[in-house]
This record gives sequence, structure tokens and C-alpha cells, in this order.
Amino acid sequence: MTQSFRDRIDLEMTVNGEEVELTVPAGRHLIDVLRLDLGLTGSHVGCEHGVCGACTLIVDGSAVRGCLTLAAQLQGCEVWTIEGLTEGGVIGDLQKAFVERNALQCGYCTPGMLASAKALIEADGVPSRETIREHMSGNYCRCTGYEAIVDAIETVARQRAGETEPQARSGATS
Amino acid sequence: MKASIGGYAQAETVAHAIALLGEAGGEGRILAGGQSLVAALNLGTSEGDMLIDIAGIAALRGVKLDGDRLVIGALTRHCDLVRDPLVGEHAPLFAKAAPLVAHDAIRNRGTIGGSLAYADPAAEYPACAIALDAAIILEGPDGTREIPARDFFTGLFETARAEGEILTAITVPKAQDGERHVIREGTRRAGDYALAGLAVVMRDGRHRIGAFGLGDRPLLCQGAMAALDQGDVDGAVTALAQDVDPPSDAQASASYRRHLAGVLLRRIAADLGVAP
Ligand SMILES: Cc1cc2nc3c(=O)[nH]c(=O)nc-3n(C[C@H](O)[C@H](O)[C@H](O)COP(=O)(O)OP(=O)(O)OC[C@H]3O[C@@H](n4cnc5c(N)ncnc54)[C@H](O)[C@@H]3O)c2cc1C
Ligand code: FES
Ligand code: FES
Repeated sequence: MTQSFRDRIDLEMTVNGEEVELTVPAGRHLIDVLRLDLGLTGSHVGCEHGVCGACTLIVDGSAVRGCLTLAAQLQGCEVWTIEGLTEGGVIGDLQKAFVERNALQCGYCTPGMLASAKALIEADGVPSRETIREHMSGNYCRCTGYEAIVDAIETVARQRAGETEPQARSGATS
Repeated sequence: MKASIGGYAQAETVAHAIALLGEAGGEGRILAGGQSLVAALNLGTSEGDMLIDIAGIAALRGVKLDGDRLVIGALTRHCDLVRDPLVGEHAPLFAKAAPLVAHDAIRNRGTIGGSLAYADPAAEYPACAIALDAAIILEGPDGTREIPARDFFTGLFETARAEGEILTAITVPKAQDGERHVIREGTRRAGDYALAGLAVVMRDGRHRIGAFGLGDRPLLCQGAMAALDQGDVDGAVTALAQDVDPPSDAQASASYRRHLAGVLLRRIAADLGVAP
């Protein structure tokens, strides 16, 4: 290895509002840093190549794939995981709606689902069900069949916009 | 699987990045958004790379006008292309293509330069680039050069970029009055790479068609373009089947992709108001 290239990186970033400083292997991605170095196991790893969305979290206000982001690239960044989002109460309504609608079963996809849903609701006011489906298409759930997830997100988007609950839809499949 | 890399360095300027590429002596690999590269590292398909992180180079960011051309910096992200006003006005094809690329979380980090340099034959931007008659700007130890997009893509994941060069920007002729840009693709699921897709530019009554997912590289479909210029949609669909050379794989057969290309072309012709 030449002088300019390093195999370990001194990293400073903010995780869930707390500043952290650590030295990590240069090839380590964000999820491994969170899970293995910081003990934050709420962020899950499914495919590790960007397809399943289980690792989705919030970096500098945007949803990103933790498995496709090298920690070395996050110098000075602000990271929010499901632990911090939960403690901060910012997605309490989404979490409640997920539980009420049975939008999770095993829960493996849920942290990523919530991060993606948070980004959508904050960006797009009250999205249509089609927009919700399109946006959430990068998050796989092998349990629920998605209908309940779309319901939960739609419910919260409407609540946040001050609208009342949508009529219960019998047999709607859109 | 943990990515096993040879080393990591952050480049501060383009010249610095070029120097680092030289220092890495053949093992150097540019890291931009990481949305293809980190996936490859995780899968272990790429090992021992000396990563040169260019994400912090300010000069590679942003979109600007230069005379009658639009210059899009290599680090412009997919999510920027969707909402950048200059892109929307002067190269709307990219603004229409960007939402078709992957998913929100990937679009927030992936870059146009990364997509062009990676040269996935099913990617949208390379086909847009040839349809727009764009040029790719490369910078290396011997200076800067510009290559027409149609000569840049040389094969499956292969480009004319030399090992020591960095893709710094893509330049596109500004859209003229009345120019039309359309992109359509067929995918199994939203956000997937396309099974087949077409990016079409109608300029001064002439058409340029870039095909993706329909060959080992993006293809300029000259037979179909000539027929479409004559308003002959049936002829264009027939010619398109000859212009493309799609692969057969687990996703779809070559004959299905060819059929799909024809369907997309008819829809695009209707979008553009070309008589059937
Ligand atoms: C689940 C998933 C779905 C996807 N779907 C699509 C899709 O539908 N359509 C599509 O087009 N793409 C898709 N992609 C890929 C995505 O568009 C990537 O963002 C893009 O291909 C690479 O851009 P990047 O900035 O992330 O590049 P990186 O991953 O950082 O780099 C990719 C390659 O390009 C090289 N490189 C990058 N920048 C430069 C430069 N400036 N100069 C020289 N070399 C450079 C790198 O060395 C590397 O070899 C998908 C990715 C994932 C994970
Ligand atoms: S683990 Fe990151 S997308 Fe599947
Ligand atoms: S709840 Fe099991 S994967 Fe979604």
C-alpha cells in the first residue's frame, strides 16, 4: 500500500444525535459500523447489495442504503437509525399505525420500511396509494404482502395533513 | 461478506484524483456514489481495489450552461437530475430518465458519472447520452479529451475511458424549441434495471433512438430512426428488430426483449404524434 492510501479510517460522525469517534476498516459499510462497532442492531442487513431495503436509514436528512455506503464516506455526517428515530418520537405515529394495521410480522423489513416511509411522507404530503407503492418498491417484505404497509403509510400521511381517516376499503387491492 | 479493499484515499481535486490513480498503479478504482461499486465490493466480485473517493471534489458537482451546451458534472446525483431546473429545461430526457433508475435511497447517492462510467448495458443514461448526441469529458495525466457518447460505450461494461482517466462531465446540446424527449422501458418491478428500453429525441423533425437492455452496450438504432423520420412506424418497428441485439437470460429471452422494444417504439411514436 502506498502512503496516500489507508486501510483504517478515523471517523467522526453524529449517530442519533450523539457524536461518535472511531477507527474503522476502510472497506466497512455503515451497517457494519452501526451493528458491530456501535451495537446498534436495529438496522438490518438482508441482501447487502442494495436490493432489499432492510438497511435503509437516514443520512443528512435523506434515506440511504446503509449497505451501499462506506463509513469512510460519512465523515461529519448525521446518521439516524431506527433506535434514534424511535427515541426521538419522530415516527411514533408511523410505528403506531404499522402495529394497528398489522403492517409487520417478523419485523425484519420494518426498520427500513419506516425510514423509507418517513422520507416519503415528509417529501410528498399526502401521496396516492400508487405513489406509496412506487416509492416503497425498493423495500422488500416477505411476510405481509404490502397491503397493510401501504394502508399504514397512507393513514399517517392523511393524519399529518390534518385529514380524517380514509373510509375503510372492503376488498380494495390498489 | 465484508468488502476487502486494498486501501482508501480521499481526492480533493481532479488533479489529486488523477495523481492517486497513478500512484495506485492499476489497482486504483474511483469511488463516487458507491451504489454499484460498494455492492460489488460486498459481493466480493471486486477485491484489493485502492479506492479513490471523488465525492468531495466540488468541481465535479453541479450543472451549468456553456454556450449552446449543457454541462452536467459527473457527481450530479440521480435525485438532482430530477429537480434541477437547467436539466429540466435543456436536457429533459435526463430528468425523465432519473426516476426510472433504482429507488429513492439509491438515487439519493448514485451519480450520473458513475452510471456512465459503469456502462451497464441496461442502464438508462448511456442510452439517453447517445440519443442526445452528448459528449463525455475525460481528464487524465495527458490532459482533457472529449468523446462522442456513441464512441464512448465500447462493450459490456466497457468504455473508451483509459485506466488513468476520470470522467468529469457529460455535455449535451441544449434542447431546441419544439424538441421532444421521451423515454420508456419495461421492467419486472419498479426500480429494476430495464428488460428493454428506448430513449428518443425528436429534433428538427429527425429522430435519434438510444436502446438499452437490448445489446451489450447502448445502441443507436439507425434503421428505426430513418423509418421514423419518414413517419413509417411499422417500418421503424421492423427495422428496430434488426438494429438491436438483445441477450437471453434468466430475466427474459432475446425474442421477448425484441418484441418489447417494438411495443415501446409504437407507444413512443404515439407519444410523439407520429402517424401510425
Ligand atoms: C438495487 C439497485 C438498482 C439499480 N437500478 C438501476 C437502474 O434501474 N438503472 C441504472 O441506470 N442504474 C441502476 N442502479 C445503479 C445506480 O444507477 C448507480 O448509482 C450507478 O450505476 C453508479 O453510480 P455511483 O455514483 O454510485 O458509482 P460508483 O458505484 O461509485 O461507481 C461505479 C463504477 O464507476 C466508476 N466511476 C464512478 N464515477 C466515476 C468517474 N467520475 N470517473 C471514472 N470512473 C467512475 C467506479 O470506479 C465504478 O467502477 C441500481 C443500483 C442498485 C443497487
Ligand atoms: S441489505 Fe442493504 S439493501 Fe439489502
Ligand atoms: S414483516 Fe417479515 S419481512 Fe416484512
